[in-house]
Amino acid sequence: MIYILQNFGREFLYTDGYHITGLAMTLWLLLISCSIGFCIALPLAILRNARNPLIWGPVWVYTFVIRGTPLYVQLLIIYTGFYGLDFVRNSAPLAAFFKQGIDCTLLAFALNTGAYTTEIFAGAIRDTSFGEVEAARSLGMSQFTLYRRIIIPSALRRALPVYSNEVILMLHATTLAFTATVPDLLKVANDAYAATYNPFASFATVALIYLCISFTLIFAFRKAEGHFLAFLKP
Amino acid sequence: MLNLAGYGPQIFQGTIVTVELSLLSLVVSFIIGLLGASAKLSKSRFLRGLATVYTTIIRGVPDLVLMLLIFYSLQIWLNDATDYLNSIQNSIDFEVSLDPFTSGVITLGFIYGAYFTETFRGAFMAVPRGQLEAARAFGMKPLLVFRRILFPQMMRYALPGLANNWQVILKATALVSLIGLSDIIKAAQYAGEGTFRTFFFMSIAGLVYLFLTTISNGVLLLLERKYAVGVRKAVL
Repeated sequence: MIYILQNFGREFLYTDGYHITGLAMTLWLLLISCSIGFCIALPLAILRNARNPLIWGPVWVYTFVIRGTPLYVQLLIIYTGFYGLDFVRNSAPLAAFFKQGIDCTLLAFALNTGAYTTEIFAGAIRDTSFGEVEAARSLGMSQFTLYRRIIIPSALRRALPVYSNEVILMLHATTLAFTATVPDLLKVANDAYAATYNPFASFATVALIYLCISFTLIFAFRKAEGHFLAFLKP
Repeated sequence: MLNLAGYGPQIFQGTIVTVELSLLSLVVSFIIGLLGASAKLSKSRFLRGLATVYTTIIRGVPDLVLMLLIFYSLQIWLNDATDYLNSIQNSIDFEVSLDPFTSGVITLGFIYGAYFTETFRGAFMAVPRGQLEAARAFGMKPLLVFRRILFPQMMRYALPGLANNWQVILKATALVSLIGLSDIIKAAQYAGEGTFRTFFFMSIAGLVYLFLTTISNGVLLLLERKYAVGVRKAVL
């Protein structure tokens, strides 16, 4: 274990000298995919609650398909599947995009967490209390103002506990990135294992790092809940 | 239109493996979950602490990391153990080797047992205490109380969580192909490499998963209805 920390410590934390690796890469993947996922999810969650089936239908299909299949399959389709398609290979920008492991990984992760987050936010929007909306309408708010001032802030607050769960699950899901040659924490652990033939020390080290990240995230979200959900305190 | 290029049987075989793996893991994690929940609610401080450490660590570490950790380490530990046994008695050569399927079941069961523990703990606590006291007052032994009173009522509260965990297990079996199991994903990968149509075969694998999750949703709805017998819902 000490040998592994001495030889792979820097790679575990931030770089192997050429690229970002390890912890920094994992956090980067988590940050980018959750940000993109959030930006996808917010408008889709509003559309998901529309009355017109032509509007909520496609959103439902998107979340149904993504939530019904494993992330690994989605990653394989995007990473190995798309590049084999003729129209992707014939267009230079698409080919350049899908050739990069990290691009494919971020795309797959963002689409995946976007679907789960959409359902979380949509549920929270659906649970907005009737009175709040009625009061806002009676004050003469337009539909846009109603969403901007009343529904979205309140729904996001109420979604926070479930959303924190989703972020933790996403952290766990970033481990799949190493299958697309992205040098995240697990990839470094794999290298350490290949170099030392000591699976327990290599993977236990990385498990401890993940445990620390999980606890930090849980702590941060609990702080955020204390702040944003203060009105629910007993 | 659906040209599987002769890989149909392999994909079907892979599907069977995936389903078997998830069902067996479900059974293992179900049992571990029941034991874990009992330990968490038991009077012994040692058992409670052990169960808490178990659920905290497992739920804080990604399943893929745990899977690689257990898969590679378990084999080495087993080798060490059998070497030790062989060194004691030289008469027979004793050897245990783990195939990916068995270690997949063990690791998935062990990992999702932690999630089941939390689900069951909540459900156990939701059963009114008076019912258990009444059962004990009737002279039922603990096992009988569990079978007749606690389990049937607890299941109603546990089902939504169980449904969720089952879906997660089903999707987590995809990871086991990473430690070499010939499941649906491996079959789709081979087919894709053989025909240069990875996108097509991977999509087939995705559709199979979608089919499985959709079916299990239906079954779980039926189960929910069965265990909700005699429960009145508030009409709002």
